[in-house]
Amino acid sequence: MSTYGNLKYDFTFPASNPSGSLVLIKSITASASASVSFVNGSNGVVLDDTYKAYKFVFKNIHISNDSTRLQFNGSTDGGSNYNVTKTGTFFISAQTEGGSTIFQYQGTYDLAQSTGVQVLCQDQGNGNDESGSGEMWLYNPSSTTYVKHYTVLYHHYHAANYAWSNLIAGYCNTTSAVDAIQFNMSSGNIDDGTISLYGIN
Amino acid sequence: MSTYNAIKYDFAPPAGTFGDMIFISEQTASASSSISFTGIDSTYRTYYFKFIDIHPATDNVNLTFNGSSDGGSNYNVTKTTTLFSAFHSEADDNNGVTYAGSLDTAQGTGHQVITWQVGNDNDHPINGELFLFNPSSTTFVKHFMSRVSATTYHNYERDAFMAGYFNTTSAVDAVQFKMSSGNIDDGIIQLYGIA
Repeated sequence: MSTYGNLKYDFTFPASNPSGSLVLIKSITASASASVSFVNGSNGVVLDDTYKAYKFVFKNIHISNDSTRLQFNGSTDGGSNYNVTKTGTFFISAQTEGGSTIFQYQGTYDLAQSTGVQVLCQDQGNGNDESGSGEMWLYNPSSTTYVKHYTVLYHHYHAANYAWSNLIAGYCNTTSAVDAIQFNMSSGNIDDGTISLYGIN
Repeated sequence: MSTYNAIKYDFAPPAGTFGDMIFISEQTASASSSISFTGIDSTYRTYYFKFIDIHPATDNVNLTFNGSSDGGSNYNVTKTTTLFSAFHSEADDNNGVTYAGSLDTAQGTGHQVITWQVGNDNDHPINGELFLFNPSSTTFVKHFMSRVSATTYHNYERDAFMAGYFNTTSAVDAVQFKMSSGNIDDGIIQLYGIA
């Protein structure tokens, strides 16, 4: 016979999120994927005014091509075009397995009113045990009043055997709603790994 | 008779039962001189503030915060902090990551800057987060850290990182946010608890 002790965790909170906490919207696992896209209204993805902020979590992103970069872009037309204008910053903190350290701004990968991709990491390795993980917040993407800020912390195994932390922030400089986000590599595929999308309201 | 369907949502989970981030409250600014959260206690070990589209009324101002150990009567807890940011101009003529030595605090009681030089253009908000750790402790100082992305008055992206501690063994039971000058014109500050 079931007891209260058995029952009390045996349910899932409704998607309407009565606690106002972090709600899992969609997880996509890459499998030799040229890109991973989260498009509002497609395949169970919500990326509209349902939530005030969205969080992407990157779990063990493994890539096919050595020394390439995970990157993202936004769309204001439901994923037909990923080319939102952005201004962003990029700095890193890193250490080799031999003890050499780096802390610096990376002007090569920041953006100034660019419609190109925002780089999220620098020269990730593709060894069998090499991967990257992290998180990215996207604030109020459905606003038609404000630009849309994002912040990223992504840590990866660098192709030259560094522990490499990437800290990125910026804004999609548009007052149109951003309704889709796409991740891909600068070259090759996302070989493996999961990107999860959460919302808070 | 109650059915499972009737029962399953008919209770509030005990605070922190699931180790989750529990929504406590939110406040929406509307030409507000400050936004304060009182009643912070030992229910949660960590408190988490989320800033959503905070828009200042005045151009070129700082978002600041302070703590209280008397229920919000006075926001003047002694603190020591660090503050640095990465920045990049829309014109692509300036970028970098630098420590902000003029805005940090060494045993001061004034409001601590979270981000600075924020613009008040119609489309320029502040977004980010601030963690406050175990504010009800009467043993330890209370650490906090924030990361905020904002658009400055001269059209820069600023990614600001602030951290520090309230240097007191009294419980910190209230937190206040305000701009260095003028009102918080618009925006939402949410408070969550993490057990």
